[in-house]
Amino acid sequence: MDVLKEIGNIGAGHAATSLSQLLQHKVEMHVPSVRMVDFDEMMELGGGAEKKMVSVFLRMEGDAPGSMFFVLSPEQARRFVSMMIHSEDVQFDQPPYDELAISALHELGNILTGSYLSSLADFTNLDLHPSVPSIAIDMVGATLSFGLIELSQVSDQAIVIETCLSTEETEQQDVKGHFFLLPDPGSYEKVFRSLGVETDE
Amino acid sequence: MNKAVAVIKVGIADMNIVREGSVIRTSGLGSCVGVIIYDHLKKVAGMAHIMLPDSTLSKGNIKNLAKYANTAIDELMKRLLMENVSRFALKAKIAGGAQMFQFSNTSDMMRIGPRNVDAVKKCLKEHGIPLIAEDVGGNNGRTIEFDPITGMLRIRTVNKGVSEI
Repeated sequence: MDVLKEIGNIGAGHAATSLSQLLQHKVEMHVPSVRMVDFDEMMELGGGAEKKMVSVFLRMEGDAPGSMFFVLSPEQARRFVSMMIHSEDVQFDQPPYDELAISALHELGNILTGSYLSSLADFTNLDLHPSVPSIAIDMVGATLSFGLIELSQVSDQAIVIETCLSTEETEQQDVKGHFFLLPDPGSYEKVFRSLGVETDE
Repeated sequence: MNKAVAVIKVGIADMNIVREGSVIRTSGLGSCVGVIIYDHLKKVAGMAHIMLPDSTLSKGNIKNLAKYANTAIDELMKRLLMENVSRFALKAKIAGGAQMFQFSNTSDMMRIGPRNVDAVKKCLKEHGIPLIAEDVGGNNGRTIEFDPITGMLRIRTVNKGVSEI
Protein backbone atom coordinates (compact mmCIF):
# COMPACT_ATOMS: atom_id res chain seq x y z
CA MET A 1 0.00 0.00 0.00
CA ASP A 2 2.84 2.38 0.81
CA VAL A 3 4.38 1.72 -2.57
CA LEU A 4 1.11 2.57 -4.27
CA LYS A 5 0.94 5.74 -2.24
CA GLU A 6 4.44 6.73 -3.32
CA ILE A 7 3.51 6.09 -6.94
CA GLY A 8 0.41 8.21 -6.49
CA ASN A 9 2.48 10.95 -4.93
CA ILE A 10 4.98 11.13 -7.74
CA GLY A 11 2.33 10.95 -10.43
CA ALA A 12 0.21 13.64 -8.86
CA GLY A 13 3.25 15.85 -8.34
CA HIS A 14 4.02 15.77 -12.03
CA ALA A 15 0.39 16.28 -12.93
CA ALA A 16 0.15 19.31 -10.65
CA THR A 17 3.29 20.82 -12.17
CA SER A 18 2.02 20.46 -15.72
CA LEU A 19 -1.35 21.83 -14.72
CA SER A 20 0.30 24.84 -13.06
CA GLN A 21 2.19 25.53 -16.28
CA LEU A 22 -0.93 25.18 -18.36
CA LEU A 23 -3.04 27.49 -16.23
CA GLN A 24 -0.18 29.75 -15.17
CA HIS A 25 -1.69 29.45 -11.78
CA LYS A 26 -0.42 27.56 -8.78
CA VAL A 27 -2.04 24.16 -8.41
CA GLU A 28 -1.78 22.25 -5.18
CA MET A 29 -1.48 18.53 -5.03
CA HIS A 30 -2.66 16.79 -1.93
CA VAL A 31 -1.09 13.70 -0.49
CA PRO A 32 -2.99 10.87 -2.04
CA SER A 33 -4.81 8.18 -0.21
CA VAL A 34 -4.71 4.58 -1.25
CA ARG A 35 -7.72 2.63 -0.21
CA MET A 36 -9.27 -0.73 -0.72
CA VAL A 37 -12.95 -0.03 -1.19
CA ASP A 38 -16.02 -1.87 -2.36
CA PHE A 39 -17.79 -0.54 -5.43
CA ASP A 40 -20.42 1.45 -3.57
CA GLU A 41 -17.76 3.14 -1.43
CA MET A 42 -15.93 4.13 -4.57
CA MET A 43 -19.03 5.95 -5.83
CA GLU A 44 -19.20 7.78 -2.50
CA LEU A 45 -15.59 8.92 -3.01
CA GLY A 46 -16.66 10.26 -6.39
CA GLY A 47 -19.40 12.34 -4.77
CA GLY A 48 -22.26 9.80 -4.61
CA ALA A 49 -23.57 7.58 -7.39
CA GLU A 50 -26.22 10.02 -8.50
CA LYS A 51 -24.11 13.17 -8.41
CA LYS A 52 -23.57 14.86 -11.74
CA MET A 53 -19.85 15.04 -12.40
CA VAL A 54 -17.49 15.62 -15.28
CA SER A 55 -15.51 12.42 -15.81
CA VAL A 56 -12.49 12.09 -18.04
CA PHE A 57 -11.86 8.43 -18.68
CA LEU A 58 -8.96 6.73 -20.37
CA ARG A 59 -7.38 3.35 -20.54
CA MET A 60 -3.81 2.69 -19.47
CA GLU A 61 -2.28 0.51 -22.10
CA GLY A 62 0.97 -1.42 -22.15
CA ASP A 63 2.56 -3.66 -19.53
CA ALA A 64 0.12 -2.98 -16.70
CA PRO A 65 -3.26 -2.11 -18.16
CA GLY A 66 -5.92 -0.38 -16.17
CA SER A 67 -8.48 2.40 -16.15
CA MET A 68 -7.96 5.94 -15.10
CA PHE A 69 -10.44 8.65 -14.23
CA PHE A 70 -10.15 12.31 -13.51
CA VAL A 71 -13.40 13.39 -11.91
CA LEU A 72 -14.46 16.90 -11.05
CA SER A 73 -17.68 18.79 -10.46
CA PRO A 74 -19.22 20.80 -13.32
CA GLU A 75 -18.43 23.97 -11.37
CA GLN A 76 -14.79 22.99 -10.87
CA ALA A 77 -14.50 22.01 -14.53
CA ARG A 78 -15.87 25.42 -15.45
CA ARG A 79 -13.17 27.15 -13.39
CA PHE A 80 -10.34 25.08 -14.82
CA VAL A 81 -11.53 25.47 -18.39
CA SER A 82 -12.28 29.18 -18.20
CA MET A 83 -8.71 29.68 -16.95
CA MET A 84 -7.46 27.66 -19.89
CA ILE A 85 -9.35 29.35 -22.68
CA HIS A 86 -9.62 32.76 -20.98
CA SER A 87 -13.35 32.86 -21.26
CA GLU A 88 -15.99 33.28 -18.59
CA ASP A 89 -18.61 31.99 -20.97
CA VAL A 90 -18.17 28.34 -20.10
CA GLN A 91 -20.62 25.98 -18.43
CA PHE A 92 -20.96 22.26 -17.91
CA ASP A 93 -24.33 22.29 -16.21
CA GLN A 94 -26.58 21.79 -19.19
CA PRO A 95 -25.97 20.50 -22.73
CA PRO A 96 -25.26 21.57 -25.39
CA TYR A 97 -21.74 22.19 -24.20
CA ASP A 98 -19.42 24.53 -26.03
CA GLU A 99 -17.16 22.58 -28.38
CA LEU A 100 -14.11 24.60 -27.47
CA ALA A 101 -14.79 24.00 -23.78
CA ILE A 102 -15.10 20.25 -24.32
CA SER A 103 -11.89 20.10 -26.29
CA ALA A 104 -10.17 22.13 -23.56
CA LEU A 105 -11.45 19.55 -21.10
CA HIS A 106 -9.99 16.79 -23.26
CA GLU A 107 -6.69 18.63 -23.27
CA LEU A 108 -6.82 19.03 -19.50
CA GLY A 109 -7.47 15.32 -19.12
CA ASN A 110 -4.70 14.52 -21.57
CA ILE A 111 -2.11 16.59 -19.79
CA LEU A 112 -3.00 15.47 -16.31
CA THR A 113 -3.32 11.79 -16.96
CA GLY A 114 -0.40 11.83 -19.39
CA SER A 115 1.99 13.33 -16.88
CA TYR A 116 0.65 11.02 -14.19
CA LEU A 117 1.20 7.98 -16.34
CA SER A 118 4.62 8.94 -17.64
CA SER A 119 5.95 9.40 -14.12
CA LEU A 120 4.43 6.06 -13.18
CA ALA A 121 6.13 4.49 -16.19
CA ASP A 122 9.48 6.07 -15.30
CA PHE A 123 9.21 4.95 -11.73
CA THR A 124 8.35 1.37 -12.53
CA ASN A 125 10.26 0.97 -15.80
CA LEU A 126 7.10 -0.38 -17.33
CA ASP A 127 5.79 0.51 -20.74
CA LEU A 128 2.61 2.45 -20.05
CA HIS A 129 0.78 4.77 -22.37
CA PRO A 130 -2.62 6.42 -22.22
CA SER A 131 -5.46 5.91 -24.70
CA VAL A 132 -7.26 8.93 -26.09
CA PRO A 133 -9.43 10.26 -23.27
CA SER A 134 -13.18 10.23 -23.41
CA ILE A 135 -15.48 12.56 -21.53
CA ALA A 136 -18.87 12.01 -19.97
CA ILE A 137 -20.84 14.54 -17.98
CA ASP A 138 -23.32 12.47 -16.06
CA MET A 139 -24.03 10.59 -12.85
CA VAL A 140 -20.69 9.60 -11.38
CA GLY A 141 -21.95 6.10 -10.56
CA ALA A 142 -22.74 5.57 -14.22
CA THR A 143 -19.30 6.67 -15.37
CA LEU A 144 -17.06 5.19 -12.68
CA SER A 145 -18.75 1.79 -12.82
CA PHE A 146 -17.57 1.53 -16.41
CA GLY A 147 -13.98 1.51 -15.19
CA LEU A 148 -14.82 -1.39 -12.90
CA ILE A 149 -15.89 -3.78 -15.65
CA GLU A 150 -12.50 -5.49 -15.95
CA LEU A 151 -11.93 -5.59 -12.24
CA SER A 152 -15.41 -6.78 -11.38
CA GLN A 153 -14.78 -10.02 -13.22
CA VAL A 154 -12.42 -11.12 -10.48
CA SER A 155 -13.13 -8.96 -7.46
CA ASP A 156 -15.77 -7.05 -5.54
CA GLN A 157 -13.27 -4.50 -4.36
CA ALA A 158 -11.04 -1.94 -5.98
CA ILE A 159 -7.80 -0.36 -4.88
CA VAL A 160 -8.27 3.31 -5.48
CA ILE A 161 -5.32 5.65 -5.65
CA GLU A 162 -7.11 8.87 -4.99
CA THR A 163 -5.46 12.22 -5.44
CA CYS A 164 -6.93 15.66 -5.07
CA LEU A 165 -5.85 18.72 -6.98
CA SER A 166 -6.95 22.20 -6.16
CA THR A 167 -6.07 25.69 -7.26
CA GLU A 168 -5.17 28.38 -4.75
CA GLU A 169 -8.42 30.25 -5.06
CA THR A 170 -10.52 27.18 -4.46
CA GLU A 171 -8.53 25.69 -1.65
CA GLN A 172 -11.11 26.59 0.94
CA GLN A 173 -13.70 24.66 -0.95
CA ASP A 174 -14.36 21.01 -0.71
CA VAL A 175 -14.70 20.51 -4.42
CA LYS A 176 -11.53 19.32 -6.07
CA GLY A 177 -10.45 17.15 -8.89
CA HIS A 178 -10.07 13.49 -8.04
CA PHE A 179 -7.90 10.95 -9.77
CA PHE A 180 -8.90 7.34 -9.69
CA LEU A 181 -6.36 4.82 -10.82
CA LEU A 182 -7.81 1.35 -11.23
CA PRO A 183 -5.27 -1.21 -12.34
CA ASP A 184 -6.74 -4.27 -14.05
CA PRO A 185 -6.45 -7.61 -12.29
CA GLY A 186 -2.90 -8.83 -12.72
CA SER A 187 -1.46 -5.35 -13.14
CA TYR A 188 -0.66 -4.87 -9.45
CA GLU A 189 1.68 -7.84 -9.51
CA LYS A 190 3.49 -6.42 -12.51
CA VAL A 191 3.90 -3.03 -10.89
CA PHE A 192 5.12 -4.56 -7.65
CA ARG A 193 7.45 -6.97 -9.37
CA SER A 194 9.03 -4.18 -11.38
CA LEU A 195 9.69 -2.39 -8.11
CA GLY A 196 11.10 -5.48 -6.46
CA VAL A 197 8.35 -5.65 -3.86
CA GLU A 198 7.03 -8.98 -2.68
CA THR A 199 3.30 -9.27 -3.23
CA ASP A 200 1.98 -10.92 -0.15
CA GLU A 201 -0.58 -8.23 0.62
CA MET B 1 -39.41 11.11 -5.89
CA ASN B 2 -39.54 12.50 -2.35
CA LYS B 3 -42.59 10.79 -1.02
CA ALA B 4 -42.76 9.94 2.64
CA VAL B 5 -42.17 6.27 2.13
CA ALA B 6 -39.21 4.15 3.04
CA VAL B 7 -36.67 3.74 0.29
CA ILE B 8 -34.85 0.47 0.00
CA LYS B 9 -31.50 1.04 -1.65
CA VAL B 10 -29.82 -1.37 -3.98
CA GLY B 11 -26.08 -0.83 -4.49
CA ILE B 12 -23.90 -1.88 -7.38
CA ALA B 13 -23.97 -5.62 -7.94
CA ASP B 14 -26.63 -5.85 -5.26
CA MET B 15 -30.27 -6.95 -4.99
CA ASN B 16 -33.20 -6.62 -2.65
CA ILE B 17 -36.92 -7.22 -2.23
CA VAL B 18 -39.58 -4.58 -1.62
CA ARG B 19 -43.12 -4.92 -0.32
CA GLU B 20 -46.11 -2.58 -0.35
CA GLY B 21 -45.36 0.67 1.51
CA SER B 22 -41.77 1.03 0.44
CA VAL B 23 -40.08 1.84 -2.84
CA ILE B 24 -36.87 0.33 -4.11
CA ARG B 25 -34.14 2.39 -5.73
CA THR B 26 -30.76 2.04 -7.37
CA SER B 27 -28.63 5.03 -8.34
CA GLY B 28 -26.27 5.81 -11.18
CA LEU B 29 -26.86 2.99 -13.64
CA GLY B 30 -24.49 3.35 -16.57
CA SER B 31 -23.62 0.25 -18.54
CA CYS B 32 -25.16 -1.70 -15.67
CA VAL B 33 -28.76 -2.87 -15.97
CA GLY B 34 -31.43 -2.52 -13.31
CA VAL B 35 -33.98 -5.31 -13.50
CA ILE B 36 -37.25 -5.37 -11.62
CA ILE B 37 -39.35 -8.51 -11.34
CA TYR B 38 -42.70 -7.95 -9.66
CA ASP B 39 -46.06 -9.40 -8.75
CA HIS B 40 -48.53 -6.54 -9.12
CA LEU B 41 -51.33 -8.29 -7.24
CA LYS B 42 -49.25 -9.22 -4.21
CA LYS B 43 -47.38 -5.89 -4.47
CA VAL B 44 -43.98 -7.46 -4.06
CA ALA B 45 -41.00 -6.69 -6.23
CA GLY B 46 -37.33 -7.57 -6.47
CA MET B 47 -34.62 -5.41 -7.97
CA ALA B 48 -31.08 -6.28 -9.03
CA HIS B 49 -28.27 -3.98 -10.21
CA ILE B 50 -26.36 -6.11 -12.71
CA MET B 51 -22.82 -5.30 -13.85
CA LEU B 52 -21.85 -8.15 -16.16
CA PRO B 53 -23.73 -10.36 -18.62
CA ASP B 54 -22.56 -13.82 -17.69
CA SER B 55 -21.03 -15.54 -14.66
CA THR B 56 -18.94 -17.74 -16.94
CA LEU B 57 -16.90 -14.57 -17.64
CA SER B 58 -15.81 -14.63 -14.05
CA LYS B 59 -12.25 -15.64 -13.44
CA GLY B 60 -12.66 -16.27 -9.74
CA ASN B 61 -15.29 -18.11 -7.76
CA ILE B 62 -18.57 -16.29 -7.68
CA LYS B 63 -19.37 -14.78 -4.33
CA ASN B 64 -21.72 -12.11 -5.46
CA LEU B 65 -24.70 -13.52 -7.32
CA ALA B 66 -26.18 -10.08 -8.03
CA LYS B 67 -23.25 -9.10 -10.24
CA TYR B 68 -24.11 -11.27 -13.25
CA ALA B 69 -27.33 -11.28 -15.27
CA ASN B 70 -27.81 -15.05 -15.15
CA THR B 71 -27.04 -15.62 -11.46
CA ALA B 72 -28.85 -12.43 -10.38
CA ILE B 73 -32.10 -13.37 -12.09
CA ASP B 74 -31.93 -16.95 -10.80
CA GLU B 75 -31.40 -15.67 -7.27
CA LEU B 76 -34.03 -12.95 -7.57
CA MET B 77 -36.57 -15.58 -8.66
CA LYS B 78 -35.64 -17.77 -5.73
CA ARG B 79 -36.10 -14.93 -3.25
CA LEU B 80 -39.36 -13.78 -4.82
CA LEU B 81 -40.83 -17.27 -4.67
CA MET B 82 -39.97 -17.38 -0.97
CA GLU B 83 -42.18 -14.27 -0.64
CA ASN B 84 -45.06 -16.39 -1.92
CA VAL B 85 -45.53 -14.52 -5.15
CA SER B 86 -47.38 -16.39 -7.84
CA ARG B 87 -44.89 -17.46 -10.43
CA PHE B 88 -47.21 -16.83 -13.35
CA ALA B 89 -48.10 -13.30 -12.29
CA LEU B 90 -44.49 -12.15 -12.44
CA LYS B 91 -43.57 -9.41 -14.87
CA ALA B 92 -40.35 -7.53 -15.50
CA LYS B 93 -39.16 -4.03 -16.31
CA ILE B 94 -35.58 -3.10 -17.10
CA ALA B 95 -33.50 0.06 -17.46
CA GLY B 96 -29.85 0.92 -18.08
CA GLY B 97 -27.30 -0.60 -20.42
CA ALA B 98 -26.02 2.73 -21.66
CA GLN B 99 -22.74 3.43 -23.33
CA MET B 100 -21.29 6.21 -21.23
CA PHE B 101 -18.11 6.87 -23.17
CA GLN B 102 -17.73 7.07 -26.92
CA PHE B 103 -14.70 5.35 -28.38
CA SER B 104 -13.63 4.74 -31.92
CA ASN B 105 -12.71 1.13 -31.24
CA THR B 106 -15.68 -0.95 -30.18
CA SER B 107 -14.15 -3.79 -28.24
CA ASP B 108 -16.34 -6.19 -26.30
CA MET B 109 -15.64 -4.33 -23.10
CA MET B 110 -16.85 -1.07 -24.62
CA ARG B 111 -20.09 -2.74 -25.69
CA ILE B 112 -20.80 -3.97 -22.19
CA GLY B 113 -24.10 -2.04 -21.88
CA PRO B 114 -25.89 -3.66 -24.83
CA ARG B 115 -24.44 -7.04 -23.89
CA ASN B 116 -25.88 -6.69 -20.40
CA VAL B 117 -29.28 -5.83 -21.83
CA ASP B 118 -29.22 -8.84 -24.18
CA ALA B 119 -28.19 -11.16 -21.37
CA VAL B 120 -30.94 -9.92 -19.06
CA LYS B 121 -33.59 -10.36 -21.75
CA LYS B 122 -32.37 -13.86 -22.48
CA CYS B 123 -32.51 -14.85 -18.81
CA LEU B 124 -36.00 -13.39 -18.36
CA LYS B 125 -37.15 -15.40 -21.35
CA GLU B 126 -35.67 -18.58 -19.92
CA HIS B 127 -37.67 -18.03 -16.75
CA GLY B 128 -40.77 -17.24 -18.81
CA ILE B 129 -41.16 -13.76 -17.38
CA PRO B 130 -42.72 -11.23 -19.76
CA LEU B 131 -40.78 -7.98 -20.18
CA ILE B 132 -43.41 -5.25 -19.89
CA ALA B 133 -41.32 -2.14 -20.36
CA GLU B 134 -37.75 -1.08 -20.93
CA ASP B 135 -35.64 2.06 -21.09
CA VAL B 136 -32.25 0.91 -22.26
CA GLY B 137 -29.26 2.04 -24.29
CA GLY B 138 -28.34 5.61 -25.09
CA ASN B 139 -25.47 7.34 -23.40
CA ASN B 140 -26.91 8.66 -20.19
CA GLY B 141 -26.86 7.51 -16.60
CA ARG B 142 -30.10 6.55 -14.87
CA THR B 143 -31.42 6.38 -11.34
CA ILE B 144 -34.45 4.15 -11.09
CA GLU B 145 -37.14 3.74 -8.47
CA PHE B 146 -39.92 1.18 -8.42
CA ASP B 147 -43.13 1.34 -6.43
CA PRO B 148 -44.73 -2.09 -5.94
CA ILE B 149 -48.16 -0.49 -5.36
CA THR B 150 -48.38 1.29 -8.70
CA GLY B 151 -46.08 -1.07 -10.57
CA MET B 152 -44.43 1.98 -12.12
CA LEU B 153 -40.73 2.44 -12.68
CA ARG B 154 -39.54 6.02 -12.38
CA ILE B 155 -36.37 6.86 -14.26
CA ARG B 156 -34.32 9.93 -13.52
CA THR B 157 -31.54 11.27 -15.75
CA VAL B 158 -29.39 14.37 -15.32
CA ASN B 159 -30.23 15.95 -18.65
CA LYS B 160 -33.48 14.44 -19.84
CA GLY B 161 -35.50 14.76 -16.67
CA VAL B 162 -37.78 12.12 -15.20
CA SER B 163 -39.91 9.56 -17.00
CA GLU B 164 -42.09 6.63 -15.96
CA ILE B 165 -42.52 3.28 -17.58
